[in-house]
Amino acid sequence: MEATLPLLILVLPLLMFLFLGLFGKFLSHKWAGIIGTVGMGVTMIIAYYTAYTYFFSGQFVGADGERLQYIVFDQDWLSLWGNLTIKLGFLIDPISALMLVVVTTISFMVHLYSNGYMRDHHGVYETGFQRFYAFLSLFSFSMLGLVVATNIFQMYIFWELVGASSYLLIGFYYTKPSAVSASKKAFIVTRFADLGFLIGILILSFTTETFDFMSLTSSPLPGVENTYYVDAATATTALESAGGQMFLGGSLMTWALVLIFMGGMGKSAMMPLHIWLPDAMEGPTPVSALIHAATMVVAGVYLVARLFPLFMINNAMGGAALDIVTVVGALTAAYAAIVACTQIDIKRVLAFSTISQIAFMMVSLGVSREGMHDNLGYMASMFHLFTHAMFKALLFLGAGALIHAVGSNDYTAMHGLRKHMPITHITFLVGCLAIAGIIPFSGFFSKDEILTACFGNSAVAYVWMSLVAGLTAFYMFRLYYLIFWWKEHNVPQGHHAPKDQPWTMTLPLILLGIVAIFCGFVPFADMVSWNGHAPHHSGINWTVASISLAVAIIAIAIATAMYRKENAMPAKMRSFFPRLWTAAHKRFYFDELYMFITHKIIFDRVCKPIAWFDRHIIDGTMDAFAAITNKASYAIRGLQSGSAQSYVWVYLIGALLLGGGTVAIIFLFF
Amino acid sequence: MDMLDLLNNFQLNSLMFLIPSLFMFCCGVYGFLTRRNMIAMLISLELMLNAVDMNFVVFNRFLCPGQMDGMFFTLFAIAIAAAETAVAIAIIINAYRIAKDIDVKDLTKMKF
Repeated sequence: MEATLPLLILVLPLLMFLFLGLFGKFLSHKWAGIIGTVGMGVTMIIAYYTAYTYFFSGQFVGADGERLQYIVFDQDWLSLWGNLTIKLGFLIDPISALMLVVVTTISFMVHLYSNGYMRDHHGVYETGFQRFYAFLSLFSFSMLGLVVATNIFQMYIFWELVGASSYLLIGFYYTKPSAVSASKKAFIVTRFADLGFLIGILILSFTTETFDFMSLTSSPLPGVENTYYVDAATATTALESAGGQMFLGGSLMTWALVLIFMGGMGKSAMMPLHIWLPDAMEGPTPVSALIHAATMVVAGVYLVARLFPLFMINNAMGGAALDIVTVVGALTAAYAAIVACTQIDIKRVLAFSTISQIAFMMVSLGVSREGMHDNLGYMASMFHLFTHAMFKALLFLGAGALIHAVGSNDYTAMHGLRKHMPITHITFLVGCLAIAGIIPFSGFFSKDEILTACFGNSAVAYVWMSLVAGLTAFYMFRLYYLIFWWKEHNVPQGHHAPKDQPWTMTLPLILLGIVAIFCGFVPFADMVSWNGHAPHHSGINWTVASISLAVAIIAIAIATAMYRKENAMPAKMRSFFPRLWTAAHKRFYFDELYMFITHKIIFDRVCKPIAWFDRHIIDGTMDAFAAITNKASYAIRGLQSGSAQSYVWVYLIGALLLGGGTVAIIFLFF
Repeated sequence: MDMLDLLNNFQLNSLMFLIPSLFMFCCGVYGFLTRRNMIAMLISLELMLNAVDMNFVVFNRFLCPGQMDGMFFTLFAIAIAAAETAVAIAIIINAYRIAKDIDVKDLTKMKF
């Protein structure tokens, strides 16, 4: 593989961002869209070629048949003390090649789709269309830079860049106050989480004296063999000693990993840092599909997967980091699934479903252990990341088509659209079947692997996650029926009638629909594993699969009974558990809790006394100095008359007194 | 003793120069303090300056006759004083253009 070709994957989106950002206003809207889309298409083709070469050329396979890491380049960027150097590089290994494919595919689909979406019914482009494409390119660049990072600091840099571009795109409609506050909320919450990430990086790099993933993830323990990561020299002893130091009940290494995971929690919207993601739906729908469903929000999962050998070492040494990942993921999955059952805004339902599905990936990583089918959970997590990106982007783009056609986000304005928008209907149904885990749609395969991994870990995790998977099927089909069935649509006449959208919007739906059906057949277990070796066990565990299939079908049957035709059952159910329903509808009061903590406790109890101290004690001291100087100056300002003659009088008298005094003293005493 | 003898025996004394110089200086100080006209103040200033110049020459002549430092210093001071006078006159002319007056009592426009 030529070194320059993979590099183009990063350079092209960056150039596209600079070009569209600087010269976009000289281009027509149409051409800005075409250039952006073609640029992303070329990037996608190069990424496909790179991934294909990596997986299938046989060049990057080691002696035992394990997949090797391939570093395209790794350039010194900043030299810190000692051996510590921050590098910028380009790393290809199974998971980064996988992410290259996912990111460029979804990004290209969204670029194409936005050509249709960012217009009104008369084909008039929205203001800031070129800016939108420039930001999309910036995001693609940042996300691709994140996935190919060779060291944790480079990842952190691009991590912040995706945060910034997410902020810019959520606040794309910056004249709308709700979009502005949503973008600020997203930025501040993730930034707060990234503080933990940074501290984690500092602890890790301080003890191991390296940022490099290859050195960090090489295993120091004899029990955990790792031929995949070649360079074991630097980090080994440092990690052993760091693992031994205790601080507040956890080893230093556990603390570092948990803090790094906190950054992942913020980006991947894990409870309790999930509050920004539902609000981020204020951005344009293609942005939600790209950033807040398929790519950026799985960065947290990717981060944990990237550092997975460290988590394994920590687990082998008795640390709790992986268990924390599991518990946080399991709680978040259940929470988000319950909330998704009660939302009215279709994008919010999809947002909570995204949170729930990412939590599935986290749990899958958390339950992954050496003894169990060679870390099946790791592979399952990456597999689900891949399939979820496809079908969730499909669902979001479908939701965008619906919103574009109807002009509202609420399913109450939709109902019974199946006859009016057949393509959207079929593709949306495909997405729902995939996420519900119905054979042979892609979600079935990945979810089955996750549940198998949970099954191998503990019965509690298995039952819990199976129930959540059932809930997933239920709320997705609730959404589907409420949009496309329930009752006949009150159709507006003329060109405002809801209909399938232009080809730029339907083509991505169809393509992603095909992918969502068939991508489950990708032989994932042969391609991705935590240490490069293909696992001994792969394939479908039919016990788990048939149970989860049965759960999904029962859940879909319940949803069908409740929502296919307009009836009183949902309202009855709702009045049966009124408090639960209200609590779920209000997202279990997390936003209120945050408001209470920030306003009532932090602002009132902490910030206000500090502000008082600052205003009265610190500023007061300085003000007193100023006031004293001022008063004194006023008192003596008469002395500075500006009249030279009066100065001379003073001088003369003083000189005479001094001179006379001196003479008198000499005569009197000597 | 005729006139010639008187002239031949006449002995120059430093006091013969210092007393007029002192008188000149005091005139200058008095004039600077009492006159309100800027031209008159400038003249007084020059008077003081010349008195000081004279002192330089006198002390040079009587204290260390072999050297010329005081003389040069005086010449130097005269040159500087000429330049300084030119600047002062320019300022006075400009002040007159603005205020139609060169009395220091009346030039109070920029006073706080």
